[in-house]
Amino acid sequence: MTLLMWLQGMLIQPFVEFGFMRRALVACLALGLSCGPIGTLLVLRRMSLVGDAIAHALLPGAALAFVLFGFSLWAMSIGGFVAAVAVAGLAGLVARLTPQREDASFAAFYLIALAAGVMIISIRGNSVDLMRVLFGTVLAVDDASLLLIAGIASLSLLVLALVYRPLVVECFDPGFLRHLGNAGAWVHALFLMLLVLNLVGGFQALGTLMAVGLMMLPATAARFWAAEVWSLAAVAALFAVLSGWGGLLLSYHANLPSGPSIVLLAGSFYALSLLIGRRDSLLARQLSRRSHRKA
Amino acid sequence: MMQFDSTPRALRRAFLTLLASAGTARWSVAPAAQTPPPVLKVVATFSVLADIAREVGGTAVEVTALVGPNADAHVFEPTPSDVRRVASADVVVTNGLRYEGWIDRLIKASGFRGPVVVASQGVVTRGVSGGADPHAWQSLANGQRYAENIRAVLVAALSARAPARVAEVEARAAAYQQRLAALDRDTRERFAALPAERRRVITAHDAFGYFSDAYGVVFIAPRGWTTGSEPSAKAVAAIVRQARASKASALLVENISDPRLIERIGRESGLKVGGALYSDALSPVGTEADTYVRMFEHNVKTLVDAMSLNVPGASGDAGAVPR
Repeated sequence: MTLLMWLQGMLIQPFVEFGFMRRALVACLALGLSCGPIGTLLVLRRMSLVGDAIAHALLPGAALAFVLFGFSLWAMSIGGFVAAVAVAGLAGLVARLTPQREDASFAAFYLIALAAGVMIISIRGNSVDLMRVLFGTVLAVDDASLLLIAGIASLSLLVLALVYRPLVVECFDPGFLRHLGNAGAWVHALFLMLLVLNLVGGFQALGTLMAVGLMMLPATAARFWAAEVWSLAAVAALFAVLSGWGGLLLSYHANLPSGPSIVLLAGSFYALSLLIGRRDSLLARQLSRRSHRKA
Repeated sequence: MMQFDSTPRALRRAFLTLLASAGTARWSVAPAAQTPPPVLKVVATFSVLADIAREVGGTAVEVTALVGPNADAHVFEPTPSDVRRVASADVVVTNGLRYEGWIDRLIKASGFRGPVVVASQGVVTRGVSGGADPHAWQSLANGQRYAENIRAVLVAALSARAPARVAEVEARAAAYQQRLAALDRDTRERFAALPAERRRVITAHDAFGYFSDAYGVVFIAPRGWTTGSEPSAKAVAAIVRQARASKASALLVENISDPRLIERIGRESGLKVGGALYSDALSPVGTEADTYVRMFEHNVKTLVDAMSLNVPGASGDAGAVPR
């Protein structure tokens, strides 16, 4: 009984007592639900680093909007969205028009975007502003940001459900979408658009640097537990949601900054999965080697 | 972060360009105009000090600030042109009390050898965790001390170069001292007129320790010592609890901290959000708090208005201070 009460006090009480904790939790839940599947698809499509690149590509758009309109949620979200879509589009275009591969052009454009963003903020704002844009704070999520994040998560899940089949086939047969011709290109563009949207949502809560952590770390960790695309996505979403919940509690009880707590917890889920996961983890490999030897 | 990494290299490069151009820079002083030209180039570390130096020095000095209006001196990154400005200065004005952690490196890199005034010299410091609280200008008595320190160094520098201009500076300094003293008296009276339990406010940045001591206003700050750190959920929870329990009368956003967080805390604790206080930087020229005196007047008005927000029968324009 006392243990139950203690657990209740540790794990639930902070969310009962404080509205900002509830909002932060809901934001993390929504982000986790949609970032799980998207991260999984990124991993399967060998685009793990594209998420990182896109997250940085948000910066100049958000920065420009910040300089022009101040701390406006909509201006910064739309600015970030436009800049990231532009970088994704340009990278795709260069890959199509020249022999350069898409990952190389992504790297080039996101570095340019990142530098431009830092430049814009440094000229017109100061480093505190830069820190805010880079890191954000999940504790300050207000109604409008929460609606935006929840809306993006719902939309993402719906759209993913619609284009699930071609996306999944593409993961295992990279030529598939090309065979579909125009339709394939549209599916790919739609997926990139969802990726950008989710990073814009994550950027509101966690900042540009941390948003991608909640997307990629759970997805890479899920790989050590599940094999099918749907179960990978489900495990990734579960890890993301747990990271959000646990990270907030860590920040609450141990007096640590919230964004890094969440992402570091996601990181420890990854490390743990790598060590003791059910599939292909270091432990699983040891065990299977031993059983081979016995046989 | 990438930003911090680049600094030493940028400084070093700036130092080298300086070495190359040091010989020519001294010769490019503009010829005399109608009004007597400024004799001293003064570089102040941030906008508050620059304004005090301008008030005291008048036309005899040309003052620039390294950290401009609305910027945060805690996290300032000197650029090569800052190094050049320090190198060509005659007097450098700093706050001291380890407020500008970057100033020693900057002065060293620039090769500046002239007088460096520590404006806070002689003020009675108040201790906080991590040393003395550097925000001493938030009490007008200390502001008078700042003005006196700056006057002394300007007069000393002028006596050597243009003794004819000393009298002007002395007269301006005396007048300025009187203005500050009058404002100090007025401020004390305004707060004394309010009951003590109303004089409790929450702000995002604990820069008002000296103000608190001088005028009997209690400031409750949600963040720790510096503005750079990201708050933890524990810190935010603590301030919400504190705000609920302490019966603070107002919640004020401040010009360099995250306004969204303070609004969140306001909602959570049921306090109305008042206007912005200026703590570490003045506002841009031509706006509400563009001089030290106007900053102080603005802060006092904002505080008094906010403290009257929930009083029954208080005037309706109390919350009208724009953010």
